[in-house]
Amino acid sequence: MTELLTEYLPILIFLMIAIGLAAVMVIASLIVGTQRPDSEKLSAYECGFEAFDDSRGQFDVRFYLVAILFIIFDLEVAFLFPWAISLGEVGAFGFWSMMVFLGVLTVGFIYEWNKGALEWE
Amino acid sequence: MSAIDPYILSGVIIVAQILAIVVPLLVAVAYLTYAERKVIGAIQLRKGPNVVGPFGLLQPFADGIKLLAKETILPAGANKLIFILAPMLTFILSLIAWAVIPFDDGMVLADINVGVLYLFAISSLGVYGVIMAGWASNSKYAFLGALRSAAQMVSYEVSLGFVIISVLLCVGSLNLSDIVMAQKTVWFAIPLFPMFVVFFISVLAETNRAPFDLPEGESELVAGYFVEYSSMSFALFFLGEYANMILMSAITAVLFLGGWLPPIDIAPLNWIPGPIWFFLKIAFVLFFFLWVRATMPRYRYDQLMRLGWKVFLPLSLFWVVLTAGVLVTFGLVPA
Amino acid sequence: MIQALAFYLFAAVTVASGVMVISSRNPVHSVLFLILAFFNAAALFVLLGAEFLAMILIVVYVGAVAVLFLFVVMMLDINFVELRQGFARYLPIGAAIGLVLLAEIFLAVGAWTVIPVTADSSITPIPPMNEVTNTHALGALIYTHYVYLFQTAGLILLVAMIGAIVLTLRSRSDVKRQSVDEQNARRPEDVVEVVKVGRGGGV
Repeated sequence: MTELLTEYLPILIFLMIAIGLAAVMVIASLIVGTQRPDSEKLSAYECGFEAFDDSRGQFDVRFYLVAILFIIFDLEVAFLFPWAISLGEVGAFGFWSMMVFLGVLTVGFIYEWNKGALEWE
Repeated sequence: MSAIDPYILSGVIIVAQILAIVVPLLVAVAYLTYAERKVIGAIQLRKGPNVVGPFGLLQPFADGIKLLAKETILPAGANKLIFILAPMLTFILSLIAWAVIPFDDGMVLADINVGVLYLFAISSLGVYGVIMAGWASNSKYAFLGALRSAAQMVSYEVSLGFVIISVLLCVGSLNLSDIVMAQKTVWFAIPLFPMFVVFFISVLAETNRAPFDLPEGESELVAGYFVEYSSMSFALFFLGEYANMILMSAITAVLFLGGWLPPIDIAPLNWIPGPIWFFLKIAFVLFFFLWVRATMPRYRYDQLMRLGWKVFLPLSLFWVVLTAGVLVTFGLVPA
Repeated sequence: MIQALAFYLFAAVTVASGVMVISSRNPVHSVLFLILAFFNAAALFVLLGAEFLAMILIVVYVGAVAVLFLFVVMMLDINFVELRQGFARYLPIGAAIGLVLLAEIFLAVGAWTVIPVTADSSITPIPPMNEVTNTHALGALIYTHYVYLFQTAGLILLVAMIGAIVLTLRSRSDVKRQSVDEQNARRPEDVVEVVKVGRGGGV
């Protein structure tokens, strides 16, 4: 086994232990606690009424926009990670190449700002 | 037999190390809830818990046992499997992130090359526990809470990413131990002070803490995405959230406050072992969490989104460019 | 030994969850299985020594793209039973497209010859892993050697950003927005007036 993988083995074991711990806690409470369900207890929390309809309705498209913008900026951050740690090797050219990249995305950012995509009402 | 032995031995050692992290962590979570009630009590001129045990010290355990003995309610309209999985996921994520946190020089469970990215990845998964819980509950409050929370966590994660980049520029490595060692001369909280502030506020938003606790906003959404939870599944959410707070404080300490290093490397200060310094710094950051909660009113949702997208994002992006520019111009880029 | 075991475990789970993605009835379960598949793919990357790619796979695909998928399938009010009804009708054209793609893959792979030198070197990474971490190795290449591709990626992101806004944004005029600058620019002198009111006079 290579040296790199021995560093990842503890994470795998940690993951298993964490899953085990979480499962044990839930199951222990199922055993220890008294379970006496009835239909009122199991109904969704509302202010005194029965729920009128299914709660999973449509919602504002803005939430999708936020998610899409997040993906784009997340990718930008992903590109920045290797750049940030190898700036010493890529030198001035690498620096300016990233500045052009960020400049292009800043154009997009200014566009969305002016369009009001970042406004929330 | 002799071929298997070293495997088993190293396996046992790893398991022991993991338990040495998990058990103190869970105790710390228990006492963080106690500390929160005491600190907020003191700020509001109340006493806080003082009945169970001396100074109320056994209160967290009493709460834990109470939750364990409660009935687990699975709402009739819920998607049962996902409903149970969501709190487990939150709890598991808040634990496994600790695998890469360095407590002292060489005292780290998994010293991987991409430690920062690992933490970034784990924290970006936190949103799943929330969305799954909100959707599986099939309750309007939970659904709205989850929706808000997801958009909020996602918005602040972008600026967290940029802040981390500006720290990495000064280090030249993704390994967390290297990041701490790069702060031997000066903690990054000083040269990168604005980023330190942005990071701390973003962390508040990321962990859904006051003043950004809109997802659970009691006065309007009852409890947000975990309104339908009870018993141990509620406790897992609770533990996960508080463990996340401790984790985020630890990350702040590693990135900005020099991890296990003493403030100044002189005689009486460097006698104190590294892990103690590290815990002191974590406790210091945690105190800010509690202090902010007792002091600040809750943000409005549009203000929250504005702060994330229109203030922190441009500011942190500008700071990345500035840091890189200064480092390149003055030839300070770490090799 | 553990390495081989881990490989078969992760590979098996990846394939199994891939199958579950297309076969499970509830679309939310599909997305969750997709996430499981991503995780196992990341673990496979780690086994190859590509730790940077593994983490980026989780950050970008699980942390961002799959969140959007979940948003869409959980919260859009699509009737999935209705969607399934067209299955038989679209089967021939779907199968035809699949066959064409399969043929293209065979043509591409068949025409691809690997010269012996690269076959050897593709097994061992260059530079060796214990000298340079693969994040450094990537960083040394992307921004200088592959600068045009890098800038193209930037342009694609720009197009995606503008596209998302054009498609989803509709401006509403019936809402009040907070203007922070305006609020901060207000001075007490301009808006508040201290009036001495005489007895019985009123303002």
